Amino acid sequence: MMDHVATIGRLGLLALREYGKAGLLLARVVFYPPNLRKGVPLVIQQIYAEGVLSLLIIIVSSLFIGMVVALQGYHTLAKFGASQELGPLVALSVTRELGPVVTAILFAGRAGSAVAAEIGLMKATEQLSSMEMMAVDPLKRVIAPRLWGGFISMPLLTLIFNAVAIYGSYLVGVKWLALDAGTFWSNMQSSVDFRLDVINGIYKSIVFGLVVIWIAVYQGYKSAPTSAGIASATTRAVVYSSLAVLSLDFVLTAMMIGEW
Amino acid sequence: MNNLVKIDKLCFQRDNRFIFNDVDIAIPSGKITAIMGPSGSGKTTLLRLIGGQLLPASGTVTVFDKQVHSLNRKQLYTLRKRMGMLFQSGGLFTHLNVFENVAFPLREHTKLTNAMIRSLVLMKLEMVGLRGARHLMPSELSGGMARRVALARAIALDPDLIMYDEPFSGQDPISMGVLVKLIRTLNDALGLTSVIVSHDVQETLSIADYVYIIGDGKLIGHGTARSISADISEQLKQFIHGLPDGPVPFHYPANKLQQDLIGEQPV
Amino acid sequence: MVSQRTIESFVGLFLLAATIALIVLAFKVSGLTSFFKGESYAVTAAFDNIGQLKVRAPVKIGGVTIGEVSEIKLDSQTYKAVVTLRINKNVNDIPVDSSAGILTAGLLGDNYIELIPMYSKDFLRNGSEIQDTHSAIILEKLIGQLIFKLSGGNDNTKNDSNTKGANQ
Repeated sequence: MMDHVATIGRLGLLALREYGKAGLLLARVVFYPPNLRKGVPLVIQQIYAEGVLSLLIIIVSSLFIGMVVALQGYHTLAKFGASQELGPLVALSVTRELGPVVTAILFAGRAGSAVAAEIGLMKATEQLSSMEMMAVDPLKRVIAPRLWGGFISMPLLTLIFNAVAIYGSYLVGVKWLALDAGTFWSNMQSSVDFRLDVINGIYKSIVFGLVVIWIAVYQGYKSAPTSAGIASATTRAVVYSSLAVLSLDFVLTAMMIGEW
Repeated sequence: MNNLVKIDKLCFQRDNRFIFNDVDIAIPSGKITAIMGPSGSGKTTLLRLIGGQLLPASGTVTVFDKQVHSLNRKQLYTLRKRMGMLFQSGGLFTHLNVFENVAFPLREHTKLTNAMIRSLVLMKLEMVGLRGARHLMPSELSGGMARRVALARAIALDPDLIMYDEPFSGQDPISMGVLVKLIRTLNDALGLTSVIVSHDVQETLSIADYVYIIGDGKLIGHGTARSISADISEQLKQFIHGLPDGPVPFHYPANKLQQDLIGEQPV
Repeated sequence: MVSQRTIESFVGLFLLAATIALIVLAFKVSGLTSFFKGESYAVTAAFDNIGQLKVRAPVKIGGVTIGEVSEIKLDSQTYKAVVTLRINKNVNDIPVDSSAGILTAGLLGDNYIELIPMYSKDFLRNGSEIQDTHSAIILEKLIGQLIFKLSGGNDNTKNDSNTKGANQ
């Protein structure tokens, strides 16, 4: 019996140490004075690799999610004779919850896994070590640009997700289900508050972006330098960030509903 | 003859096992020094200790008259610019082509113009015989070629010390011959000090000036290449001549054969 | 290897797309109108009961939004709810004897303030107070009145024939 308690305790301490190491990594990257001239092109490259290349999946997913929410929502609202509320239904669902959360999970799956695998591979093939021996700090050259790329890409992707999803719902609601366009947009405008809904959604996406890319970078950095190590690092990056995003979503929503 | 690298009473542990226990090594400048030993004797660890990637538990590692583990980050990086290291897997950056790989340290640490960098890179590639391959990506290179590119990159900043981590392992005879020739020629032509960590006895002894042999965390022999071949201690003999059984046993510790064959009787 | 310039152009396009998305979200989706403080003037009105009225609820004349509620306070002397309305500067010809009522948008919607302009030649300015106010309709009171009317109505028909002359 005591053995089990001891094991739990040991695992807990191990998890705490991991958290601490991850925190130290983040601190070293963020608080190290960056060399802007050399750093900015690297960050731009990473925004391309993480943000631009994720656009395809984000746009396609958001279009279909907007269309599905509109379709499902319409049929339920029609029962209450409230089909003119479809605009607000979709807009609020997307800007408050679906936008930040789904974008974060898709981002974790596409960019997070890529970053974890990349860094793990660089560690396994001794590229990070050779950089160190050439007196180039791999944290500044490899890790930091990927972190900043993630912080910046996530809110931008969320904005695009929101807009495309709402456009998708417009396609289904107005063009297909023949709701009145004027009512659709004006009801939406009167129900959606820019500060409380859109901006809060963006705050969420900033937090999620930080968490997803931080977990991905850390998992890659500490992976075992073998092919099995890289594979498990990639899986863990996706799973942990998805879990973190969903639990943080609840916490943030609770804070926001209580109006901070 | 002064020593570029001096290792005194080095002790290093990992997982409660002594990788090095009171080891003294002196690397004379301008010569090729080989550090050899069986697998797992910590040879790569030694290079990492010299390069400052690992810290010793006790003892000192002095490079260019500076104690490596007492330097701060900036000083360590300045020291590393005078060292070149060739990793076992090459360590080429997979997202850059051959030219850019060799140009990397030049772009990072010097403010030379593109034209000057181009000339330098071409010359370094010429030294290793791969100037014509400069537009290839690392994935398109054979193992031996990748190592030669990594060598060109290691000498890009004209270091004073160059360390080779198992340069001959897994190479076909021709590539091996090429590398052997390159290491010796570069050392003499550029006035480098080379440290080779390897367990390829024949190749290493053919070019090394001085040899250290490590086993069980201790030095089990050192001397000039010629004297080592003739040494009579058991450990050394087994290593040098590649004898399958001796101080490093053939059988992994186990019960007597009869016990295992009869089987573990359920009690 | 994609060249640096191509990368930068794509990143630029990405940022542009995100900015457009933000603008669309701001104006088309959430109807953010530029309601700067400088372009409005404040008017107060005291109500017995504000019902579900909230800050930022619209202020309308004839159904057209001309401002919003900026503050709701309780007057500790009169125990009335003092509501501060911010009215658009270019709507500056509201007579001082206009009335302010709290209505409900639709059947179950939010409350808003409807101003009904009267006939005075003096207009509301910054700091004016609207005197004629109608509180929100509280559903419970309405039901109470209805029940009373329905049951009281039965009594009245008996008395009506007796008190018809007196009632008129």
